[in-house]
Amino acid sequence: MNSGSISAAHTTLQSSGMSASRVIGAYVAEARSECIRYMRAPGFMLPILLFPTMFYLLFGIVMGKSEGADAARYLLVSYGVFGVMSPGLFGFGVSLALERDGGLLTYKRALPMPPGAYLLGKMLMAMAAAAVVILLLLGMGLALGHLALSLQQMGLMLLTGTLGVLPFCALGMLVGTLIKGQGAPGMLNLVYLPMSFLSGLWIPITMLPKVLQQLAPIWPSYHLDQIGLAAVGLQHGGMAKHVVILMGFAAVFFIAAVRRLRRYG
Amino acid sequence: MHTQTDVVARLCGAVKRYGSLTALDGVDLVLQRGELLAVLGPNGAGKSTSISLLLGLMEPDQGRAELFGMDPVQIDACRRIGVMLQSAMLPATLQVGELLRLVSSYYPNPRPLEESAALAGVGDLLKRPYGKLSGGQQRRVQFALALCGRPELLFLDEPTVGMDIDARRKLWAAMRALVAEGCSVVLTTHYLEEAEALAQRVIVMAKGRVLSDGSVDALRARVPLTHIRCVTDLHADVIANWPQVVSAERDGTRMRISTSAAEHVLRRLLDADASLSELEVQRASLADAFTALTNEETVEQEAA
Repeated sequence: MNSGSISAAHTTLQSSGMSASRVIGAYVAEARSECIRYMRAPGFMLPILLFPTMFYLLFGIVMGKSEGADAARYLLVSYGVFGVMSPGLFGFGVSLALERDGGLLTYKRALPMPPGAYLLGKMLMAMAAAAVVILLLLGMGLALGHLALSLQQMGLMLLTGTLGVLPFCALGMLVGTLIKGQGAPGMLNLVYLPMSFLSGLWIPITMLPKVLQQLAPIWPSYHLDQIGLAAVGLQHGGMAKHVVILMGFAAVFFIAAVRRLRRYG
Repeated sequence: MHTQTDVVARLCGAVKRYGSLTALDGVDLVLQRGELLAVLGPNGAGKSTSISLLLGLMEPDQGRAELFGMDPVQIDACRRIGVMLQSAMLPATLQVGELLRLVSSYYPNPRPLEESAALAGVGDLLKRPYGKLSGGQQRRVQFALALCGRPELLFLDEPTVGMDIDARRKLWAAMRALVAEGCSVVLTTHYLEEAEALAQRVIVMAKGRVLSDGSVDALRARVPLTHIRCVTDLHADVIANWPQVVSAERDGTRMRISTSAAEHVLRRLLDADASLSELEVQRASLADAFTALTNEETVEQEAA
């Protein structure tokens, strides 16, 4: 493990300092464990993968076949955004709520885990899960739904999903700090499902009542949907506004969550 | 007072309140390098709160907590300790080896994986998912995680709960090995025999205060009683009236006498009953001392 040149007199000094490469190693190990542990938990992965893919298959591919190319792309984005929200909300929120309850968070706080590694690990896990969801939908759309997208559009869609999960991570984290233990999944569904509906992910937003259409911009998922539509070429211009708004949502949720974590643990 | 080099952990007049409940009411505690300290006390005595303060999980309302002369929240202090908490649900889908590798990665100079596993007796469990292990096995894995970073100070909160006798003895042996390496240990436990078997120093806490702090022998000496058991025809009432006899009662065929002057009472017993048989003499156990001490406290508080 250690080079033999380190004498006994140095061991105390050595033990309190930690080399940069070992600190980075700790971040990597934490992220890796977080990914492995959830990839192995079917109770976590299956709902995240099945809901968006089944909805897309049913409403996007089977029922939307006659609607034409634009509709296929539109539905890909809707269900993509719907699918990306859940690893953020549930991956972060449920696991945080359970780990606060079960004592894992307390244990990790007592360990010399480098600062932020815990949250960073969960974030990377959610991003990986979001990327998998988008890739699955793209694969289904191309293979079954005659989806016509350029490589660049697919790349942008993947990027939108992978980064777009972050505001939902922050929202999930906030809910996870407000509710402890088993109550979190129910609460998160109360956020997830209405928000998806109200931002036009299930039914095109133009078919919703006027009031709901006007209210849509208060939901982060609406803005992600707009960015997704631009990624596949259904929308042009005004992207910067949506990106900034999403970053604002993420920052507000994250800061509120961190404050609560600091205060109540 | 400030022999910083040898003090690894210290609480100074620590006070901690949860709402109207005072969990710690001015606790002073000093742990020297290489010492194994057992903290005893009934539930709610403040043992876990004391440990939480030393781990930096919470801050004292008054007073101070220090690890190696640093604030316990500093990561440099954390890197020199190992922790086994009372209840921590570790990720069930991770294998034991993966957990060990993860926790080792937090430390600057961890033990090799095999060495940690062997010390805690989990070498045969490395490929098993943590969630599939029995309660005792999980405790051993948690112990392996506590020692994998080559800590100078170990916090073990009720480490042997849920373990069978064999596993408990193995864990005791591992703790002794660590202390022999120069590691300090703070151990909270409900099992007095555990403290008796391991600890050089014992702290007894109740209601957020330290009642006694000293060696196991010193604690025992706080109850200067000896128990005598024998088969005799003498009457319990008669013996109970002898000087220096605290109590005498018949327990089936046997007489059970508690006294503060065993030699004196024995001589008189043997003189009085030539046919006396099956004589047993035993010093008060740590359990007696502990019970006496915590009862005293209750009586005092009720009287106040």
